[in-house]
Amino acid sequence: MQSVDLGLDTLPKLLIHNAGAIGSRPAMRHKDLGIWQAWTWAQMLEEVRAFSIGLGELGLKRGDKFTIIGSNRPRLYWAMCAGQALGAVPVPVYADAVADEMAFVLAHAEAMLAVVQDQEQVDKIIAVSDRLPHLGQVIYDELRGLKDYDHGRLIAFEDVQSIGRKKLASDPECLRHWEAGVAAGKGSDLSVILYTSGTTGRSKGVMLTHENTIVSARNANAFDRLDQDEEVIAYLPLAWVGDYIFSYVQSYVAGYCVNCPEAPDTVVQDRREIGTTYAFAPPRVYENVLTLTTVRMADASALKRKVFDFFIAVAGRWGEKILDGEKVPLTARVLYGLGNLFVYGPLMNQFGLSRIRVAYTAGEAIGPEIFRFWRGIGLNLKQLYGQTEASVYISAQPDGEIYADTVGKASPDVEIKISDAGEVMFRSPGVFAGYYKDPDKTAEVLTPDGWVHTGDAGFFDPKTGQLKIIDRAKDVGRLSDGTVFAPKYIENKLKFYPNIREAVAIGAGRDVVCAMINIDLTAVGSWAERNNVVFGSYQELAANPRVYDMIARHIDEVNRSLAEEEIMAGAQIRRFLILHKELDPDDGELTRTQKLRRGHIIDRYAPLVEAFYDGSATAEISTEVTFEDGHKGVIAARLVIRDMQPYPARAAKMERAA
Amino acid sequence: MRAPSSREAALGEVLLAVEDVSLAFGGVRALTSVSFDIRKGEIRAIIGPNGAGKTSMLNVINGFYQPQSGRITFKGKERTSMRPYAAAEGGIARTFQNLALFKGMTTLDNILAGRALKMRRGFFWQLIHHGPALREEVEHRRRVEEIIDFLEIAAIRKIPVGRLPYGLQKRVELGRALAMEPDLLLLDEPMAGMNLEEKEDMSRFILDVNQQYGTTIALIEHDMGVVMDLSDRVVVLDYGRKIADATPDEVKSDTNVIRAYLGEPHGVSV
Repeated sequence: MQSVDLGLDTLPKLLIHNAGAIGSRPAMRHKDLGIWQAWTWAQMLEEVRAFSIGLGELGLKRGDKFTIIGSNRPRLYWAMCAGQALGAVPVPVYADAVADEMAFVLAHAEAMLAVVQDQEQVDKIIAVSDRLPHLGQVIYDELRGLKDYDHGRLIAFEDVQSIGRKKLASDPECLRHWEAGVAAGKGSDLSVILYTSGTTGRSKGVMLTHENTIVSARNANAFDRLDQDEEVIAYLPLAWVGDYIFSYVQSYVAGYCVNCPEAPDTVVQDRREIGTTYAFAPPRVYENVLTLTTVRMADASALKRKVFDFFIAVAGRWGEKILDGEKVPLTARVLYGLGNLFVYGPLMNQFGLSRIRVAYTAGEAIGPEIFRFWRGIGLNLKQLYGQTEASVYISAQPDGEIYADTVGKASPDVEIKISDAGEVMFRSPGVFAGYYKDPDKTAEVLTPDGWVHTGDAGFFDPKTGQLKIIDRAKDVGRLSDGTVFAPKYIENKLKFYPNIREAVAIGAGRDVVCAMINIDLTAVGSWAERNNVVFGSYQELAANPRVYDMIARHIDEVNRSLAEEEIMAGAQIRRFLILHKELDPDDGELTRTQKLRRGHIIDRYAPLVEAFYDGSATAEISTEVTFEDGHKGVIAARLVIRDMQPYPARAAKMERAA
Repeated sequence: MRAPSSREAALGEVLLAVEDVSLAFGGVRALTSVSFDIRKGEIRAIIGPNGAGKTSMLNVINGFYQPQSGRITFKGKERTSMRPYAAAEGGIARTFQNLALFKGMTTLDNILAGRALKMRRGFFWQLIHHGPALREEVEHRRRVEEIIDFLEIAAIRKIPVGRLPYGLQKRVELGRALAMEPDLLLLDEPMAGMNLEEKEDMSRFILDVNQQYGTTIALIEHDMGVVMDLSDRVVVLDYGRKIADATPDEVKSDTNVIRAYLGEPHGVSV
């Protein structure tokens, strides 16, 4: 195990160290009013320190919890470190959480103080303030819209900093006192509580110590040789462990620069301007970009389309081999070089990936086709497997050992084993300190000798020696005849089609597999435009018979590919329907990190599930939906159910024995 | 920390007064002896059924139409005839019922166009693009960037507005009007043709403009819900005559107003 050296065992200590060692290098940038504003490590220390001392004057002290809500902005990252310098514990909350979810987390964490981005978040806090007896001051970053509010409890970020700066100027002991406070912090201190958007039930507060996150970050940096020259863009939710480690802890440890986008919808342009070298994204991001490309290409001229298709085929054939440094024929190299000139290079540049060295996908399984596409055009895309409870890293793929269907080898210092029940378990220095105020849940997951139950079913692939994740352990079921039914496996196959945004496969304990489909409005909408299909809403488009025909063709192809795999052949999709609304985290159908909440969906759409299995050709459904401002409405629809013809299992392709 | 409630006390002096204005196109009387005022810092709505004379009223205010009789006093100065150019220089900006943007130009350039009146350096200075001209341009660009940030349209900064969806084009047009830093902002049906979400966004921007920049706003709107939520005071026109002038709540229960709206496709579902 690598120990935390130089006594740099907390994030504020790392900040002070960096401000001295690499003080003039950029630590953070933020695009504001169209221009990138930069802060060096020395400047960032000054900002954090002023805010931290200001927080102290407001009464924040060691052990207190405080919340951070908003999008990726330097001040919110500074607030985390500023609080930690006092020994207080930040509790970031998803910025798009509805007021009720926010109230639960803030009340459970007993947050004393809130640092929020803007009026939207202030309004939410006001709406639930009677449920938050502990909450005192609310500090905001943007004044806009807040001018007329009662400022009894509201205070501006810069005002807190000027309290700090005044104190620093007037009290000669202040600086020494603050630094002594930082020095008193220990690696074993609680550094953050991250509430997981669990796929089941209320979220749990995962407690991570400074040592957990710093050792994990240090190992990860060493694994991919990340140093102070990296440029990353911070765009994932602050409350997600991935962003915490990647945009905060790893940056402090390596000394690299974190760039905050101008607005959530400018990330692609901002990434292009910065030229990130290291990226971390859930599969959905890679999927969306690919969907966007496919849609745009479908609208391009015939010549462009031909060139694109030709070189993408070349990339599919040779790209990965070239990336992995394998030997390929000269003609392949020449063709690939041309492809790079005409297609791959411009494409990578378009998405701001020209300078990228390492890109990770994590959070969920990625469709193998999507994975191969990106690697084919030269993106060093790798998979990793992690959890909040592990400070992210459990396993990752080393360079040159990349497979579409594995999640890599155990990360440095991590031990992995498979339990008798087939569940993946791990032990590492990143293992969390427990769920906040929930020892029962902690005991369920964390064994006395330090092993953590991941809840995922998996196995070590005998061919590659890498870990393979099949599905959530509790989701892997069997059909009534005993056939293995891995819903996510089927759903991922469906989701590769740009027209399918989300899919829910149902079949555990049933005699056949059925699927509910969400179409992708961008892709199908563009198709509709080109094919003169008129539609007024998502619901109308989803119910269109020609859209049904198109989805039926995709499902047919999925069935054919399932038939080629021995263990999956019995789980082909027999019936499907297209849902009348998009699955949405506000309705509890997806988690905030956009994972399916299968159990909830099956309950919510029980009439549809029933109709699948009683042979009806249509099904009535009316669902309550929550709008962005929290008020509720009802959407009703009559949905058509289509039957599909399964393929016979193909004996010839049965190499992959169970 | 509660949200703001009563604003009546905050309203300032009269910014614009319309007295006894009548406008006719040949035999059609568009406005008949209409009088009302707009006070500094308020959001003033002008409502009425189709053909009530709302847009005519707006066109009279910014000098596009010349009324046959009546007086208009703006910032304490009376004027009977005025050109739109003079109105713009005097601090009146507007948006249009049917967008009037430069479709081939980017969002940024469209909003910069709103700064044209504020440019002090002439054509040749700008051609030289050095010293004072450059400094001035940087300053204009900064103002425009503030508006882009304010209206949350950074992602479409460099996109030609012709390619944007309607709701966003409306927002760009508002941005161009704001670039003039007007004292009085006239909005002609800012929510026409928008869906609920776009309307909510636009309402928020209108309130924020009023609050942040202290801009006085006069708006015409069909959506009664929007009018009632946004405005401080409401003028109701019907067949070119003023039939009510009161707070939204009072207007809602006014029998004349209800009568004017009955049989109209919009109804008074407020």
